[in-house]
Amino acid sequence: MGEKISTREAYGRALAEYGGNPDIYVFDADLKKCTMTEYFAEKYPERFFNIGIAEANMVNIAAGFAACGGTALVHTFAIFAAGRAYDQVRNGVAYPGLNVKVVGSHAGLTVGEDGATHQALEDISLMRTIPGMTVVVPSDAHETRLAAKAILEMEGPCYFRTGRCPVECVTDSVEGYEFEIGKGVTLAPGDDVTLIACGLMVEEALKARKLLEKDGIQARVIDMHTIKPVDSEVIIAAARETGAIVTCEEHSVIGGLGSAVAEVLAKSDYPVPQEFVGVDDVFGHSGHAWDLLEKYGLSPEEIARRAKTAIVRKQKNKRNA
Amino acid sequence: MEARKSNELSCWAYKIRRTVLETIYTAKSGHIGGSMSIAEILAVLYFDRMKIEPQNPELKERDRLVLSKGHCSPALYAALALKGFFPMEHLKTFRDIDSDLSGHVEIHVPGVDMSAGSLGQGLSVALGMAMFAKTNHYDNRVFAILGDGEIQEGQVWEAAMAAGFYKADNLTAFVDNNNIQLDGYLDEVMSPYPIGEKFRAFGWNVIEVDGHDVVQIDSAVELAASIKGKPTVIVCKTVKGKGVSVFENQVKFHGGQPTALEWEIAFAEIDSKIAEMGA
Repeated sequence: MGEKISTREAYGRALAEYGGNPDIYVFDADLKKCTMTEYFAEKYPERFFNIGIAEANMVNIAAGFAACGGTALVHTFAIFAAGRAYDQVRNGVAYPGLNVKVVGSHAGLTVGEDGATHQALEDISLMRTIPGMTVVVPSDAHETRLAAKAILEMEGPCYFRTGRCPVECVTDSVEGYEFEIGKGVTLAPGDDVTLIACGLMVEEALKARKLLEKDGIQARVIDMHTIKPVDSEVIIAAARETGAIVTCEEHSVIGGLGSAVAEVLAKSDYPVPQEFVGVDDVFGHSGHAWDLLEKYGLSPEEIARRAKTAIVRKQKNKRNA
Repeated sequence: MEARKSNELSCWAYKIRRTVLETIYTAKSGHIGGSMSIAEILAVLYFDRMKIEPQNPELKERDRLVLSKGHCSPALYAALALKGFFPMEHLKTFRDIDSDLSGHVEIHVPGVDMSAGSLGQGLSVALGMAMFAKTNHYDNRVFAILGDGEIQEGQVWEAAMAAGFYKADNLTAFVDNNNIQLDGYLDEVMSPYPIGEKFRAFGWNVIEVDGHDVVQIDSAVELAASIKGKPTVIVCKTVKGKGVSVFENQVKFHGGQPTALEWEIAFAEIDSKIAEMGA
């Protein structure tokens, strides 16, 4: 594990690194120092546009660029990208199928002290329901860099979610790690239960795995960086082989990763017990980022507890069978 | 403009109207009032001013139009079909379950530069296209047509501010000021007046014309091209339902459908107008 870097910082660096293609245009709504598009802006000022505090306008201006053949990336906080500009993203980007990437930073509870108005807990859900939308939630700096490169190379609309807080790098030391949109990555093996996580909850899931190991439980950990299209193959294999699933996300338990996994399980031949770790249909609050995760039940301890619940449910099902 | 050309453009406007009527009559649904009020604007753009090639609709450096009041698709589809982007026959499928000619304009229809429908978005899109052209040193122009009720949407003013700020002089917007929106007269529902002064305050060049006078519209479009450093808005005084006595200034014909008798009157009046113009 190396230096702790936030996914927004890693994204900003990657955008500057891979932004050399003259067809790429970058837009921000007065948050370039927060979304970290300022690295791109310094390097390619002629292709950077600050639209001011007008997210709806920004999304449609970007759509105009994309309609002329550009690859347009819009940046603001996740709460405004997916919430305030929802109609513009749905009707102005996704419906005409334009090549606009919507990058929402400061997602989830770990916005911290700024509090509930700035904590996007519904964005994955909102973006996931839009037809044709790809939804990517990278877990750490290493993955973010590769994911940013991948979305720059793909055609069509995409929602890309980054976070404010520096996080450990957990994917760089994984042997044979490769990033591909729509392909979940198994970070650690295990046959008793599977923890499927996205964003910074991947790190928390890996910590939970260690806690479970102490109790003799082997938990598989899957980094599900793409929520849509979700990797049903890896989910079904996990259900078949481990018989119990816990989804972990820094998002509402409604409509996000947990729901995407449940949709796959319910339709599969292995509708195994699933526990949902996430924000339980409430708003967030001000506070230190990591304290908030703890308060709202997004901690390694809670993941471990839910993993045990899922295992008990699995065993009960077996007995009843 | 010489009289012959002006008569020709007026004639195109009435052919657009005739086509709008046929399209909506066949579909038994569609927005008549606002489609009729923009006929002259579309005639000037598509039959005189816009640099476009119907045989090559994807031409990169073409002029572009965003019909931000996307519900007036029958008028744009009529202009595009008359211009030769697709067969006139295709208009008969308007609003059909298997047709690409949806209720609101769609980017996938040949000649349509952007989808629209959710009001208030089109000026931003057109500004994006204009900024794209400037960034790439293209000399094409971008046009947007907005409804006057539509400018109640706040995003229009975000776009107006940004267009003035970015000195988008290759952008020309039209406001179809027919003074009627779905629920009634603008000044009774929510007044956006004065319109020109608001745009002027955001750094726009403002031209006010009779929106049914092709000569006035045409010279405004020409003048707009010569104004450097600021976008132009052409505020067009228009009549909702223009050209048919029983439709004109009638709130119900925003989206409502005429009776059999009203249809009869409509076709007769438009046909006699076209005959009068000698087309």
